[in-house]
Amino acid sequence: MGFFNRLKDSLAKTRQGFVEKIDTLVHRRKEIDEDVYEELEEILVQADVGVATAMELVENVRRIVKERRIEDAAGIKPVLKEQIRELLGTGNMTINVYWQSPTVVLVVGVNGVGKTTTIGKMAHLYKMDGKRVLLGAADTFRAAAIDQLEVWAERVNVDLIKHREGSDPAAVAYDSLQAAKARGADLLIIDTAGRLHTKSNLMEELKKIGRVLDRAMPGAPHEVLLVLDATTGQNAVNQAKLFGEAVGVTGIVLTKLDGSAKGGVVLGVKHALNIPVKLIGIGEGIDDLRPFDVEEFVEALFS
Amino acid sequence: MFANLAERLQDTFKKMRGKGRLTEADVNEALREVRLALLEADVNFKVVKNFVARIKERAVGQELLSSLNPAQHVIKIVHDELTTLMGGSNSKINLAPKPPTVIMMVGLNGAGKTTTSAKLANLLRKQGRRPLLVAADVYRPAAIKQLQVLGEQLKIQVFAREEQQDPVAIGRAAVEKAAVGGFDIVIIDTAGRQEVNEELMAELEAMNSYLQPHEILLVVDAMTGQTAVNVAETFNRRLELDGVVLTKLDGDTRGGAALSVRSVTGKPIKFAGVGEKLDALEPFHPDRMAERILGMGDMLTLIEKAQENFDAGQMARMQKKIRSMEFTLDDFLEQISHVKKMGPLEQVLGMIPGLGGLKKLKDIQVDEKELVYVEAIIRSMTPDERQEPERVLNGSRKRRIARGSGTSVQEVNRLLKQFEQTKKMMRQLMDMEKSMKKGGKIPKMPFFN
Repeated sequence: MGFFNRLKDSLAKTRQGFVEKIDTLVHRRKEIDEDVYEELEEILVQADVGVATAMELVENVRRIVKERRIEDAAGIKPVLKEQIRELLGTGNMTINVYWQSPTVVLVVGVNGVGKTTTIGKMAHLYKMDGKRVLLGAADTFRAAAIDQLEVWAERVNVDLIKHREGSDPAAVAYDSLQAAKARGADLLIIDTAGRLHTKSNLMEELKKIGRVLDRAMPGAPHEVLLVLDATTGQNAVNQAKLFGEAVGVTGIVLTKLDGSAKGGVVLGVKHALNIPVKLIGIGEGIDDLRPFDVEEFVEALFS
Repeated sequence: MFANLAERLQDTFKKMRGKGRLTEADVNEALREVRLALLEADVNFKVVKNFVARIKERAVGQELLSSLNPAQHVIKIVHDELTTLMGGSNSKINLAPKPPTVIMMVGLNGAGKTTTSAKLANLLRKQGRRPLLVAADVYRPAAIKQLQVLGEQLKIQVFAREEQQDPVAIGRAAVEKAAVGGFDIVIIDTAGRQEVNEELMAELEAMNSYLQPHEILLVVDAMTGQTAVNVAETFNRRLELDGVVLTKLDGDTRGGAALSVRSVTGKPIKFAGVGEKLDALEPFHPDRMAERILGMGDMLTLIEKAQENFDAGQMARMQKKIRSMEFTLDDFLEQISHVKKMGPLEQVLGMIPGLGGLKKLKDIQVDEKELVYVEAIIRSMTPDERQEPERVLNGSRKRRIARGSGTSVQEVNRLLKQFEQTKKMMRQLMDMEKSMKKGGKIPKMPFFN
């Protein structure tokens, strides 16, 4: 079973909820009237796309339908699909690989979105790809976070740099980077403590990690990934904004996409802040993290 | 984007001043704004639909109270309805007639079950109970360890069986242990899943039927979007919940999930997680949540916090001083120390209606460290200087103060300017309060004048 099918399967629920509604909407009505657009907007909102983004998408669809003189309601779906693809499919959607090793990836996000799990899966993904991966356990705050990452490091069989719980996360980041250089690692992935983006002291701590890394290796971190839980609503936009202001988020990892969660908020994030989705978590298994592919994503969503 | 519903409604109603009655067209226009605000707050779509329909029924044709303008009137109705819908405040745990009381914590991955379990144990212990925490999340790596660490921090015993993979068996053994060990509350931290799936539900149902918990609490992340409804519905259907705990309410989420969950399950939201510290679990306040969802700040919390930290006599004295413009740098110093006690400044500011919107908060950006300098500067002044800085202070005195406080003359000047501004602002706040009292009807919304 190819990746495409897996993604399709795991998005089955999303599809049921999302596409079936559009299908019934489109098939029930033959002619396009105001209600069709209104319902289209409702469906997008229900997928957590956000009112502002949904309204704009629907406006675009309305305009294009007019331009192309589409008269049958069945012609609307491809237009919406095209719009979503256009919105999500721009920007650099791959992990930035720095020309000089190690590439440093900093993983940030609010509490409970699945940062540590994502890092475990990411380590596996890149190890399978033949990269030498090293992990930095800079979540020194949450009880047993280091242990959790350690379990993953063992599972994936990569090295882990850690300090004691409660120690300075910037120091862990620094040591990890030095170790990554010394051991010739290709990829260093640094875990950070979950923090609400509104806590200024914790965001300062994050900035410090960024500064320390940059000093130890100019240009690092080369990639700052914000992990977003697909069940999250409109607050994700605030998260992306404030994390972006603190450490310059370069990409989104959308996790828990296998749930009934629709993950539509990435459209909102892309729309408001132009941050691309780079990886998606589609299950609980070790293999269930994948590079984000717009075509597959939209296809799976609409097929 | 939709910073403040109140402001927007005011705009909507500007054109229809002087009317004595709300027409259907008025209400429709206002409800469009209400609908958008609720959707932006992540309230589930269907819930919004029903809610708006109800409001409409209530609002159309109503006579306007003389003290309220149309916008205020609609907001009042919306606010009242929202509060009613969210239910009275009830944060009681169902206690078993014969201890131990068994509490099961359920929810999706990452909602905060483990932390909330520990916080709840801490809260119940404060109420004189003897809780036992049970680590029954056998799936997530280090979940048991996490609970053990939290238990250690709180000095609350944690029951764990690392070799045991069956959560039902763990639960049974824990209840037995509680009975002999003199524990009267057993809090079971169960495993989550990424989604509501059959496997999880079957496991939780098994625990439910074997352990017969007296209370099943669903832990829900306040940031959850439209899916909150599905999650809550499924858990409630399969497990018959007793209540909900809303977590991560200390962020800037509007928390529409609260309304969604409440309206589909009909079960009370009992507690709210409001911080990372282990005492940051509070009883849930429906009225405050209503204001938050509507983007109206959290005035009540602010007032309560202020009350905790200021005694009435002090307040009265301070008010008198402000009114008569006798407010001095000494008083300012005193205020600073009180404000500091109220918690992180940003949090305090965020609770003021109108300031809740991030954009505005950004401009203020209070640096707590700055307060240290402010204190140092004031403490380097003589009593005279503190009383009447604008009269006494000259260049050489300012230089002395700067040296004494380890700052510069510029910083001293800046402080003096800030102080003058603060004085003015306080006057304004005072006036606002006065006009609020005159309005009388809606004391929770001091931003209307």
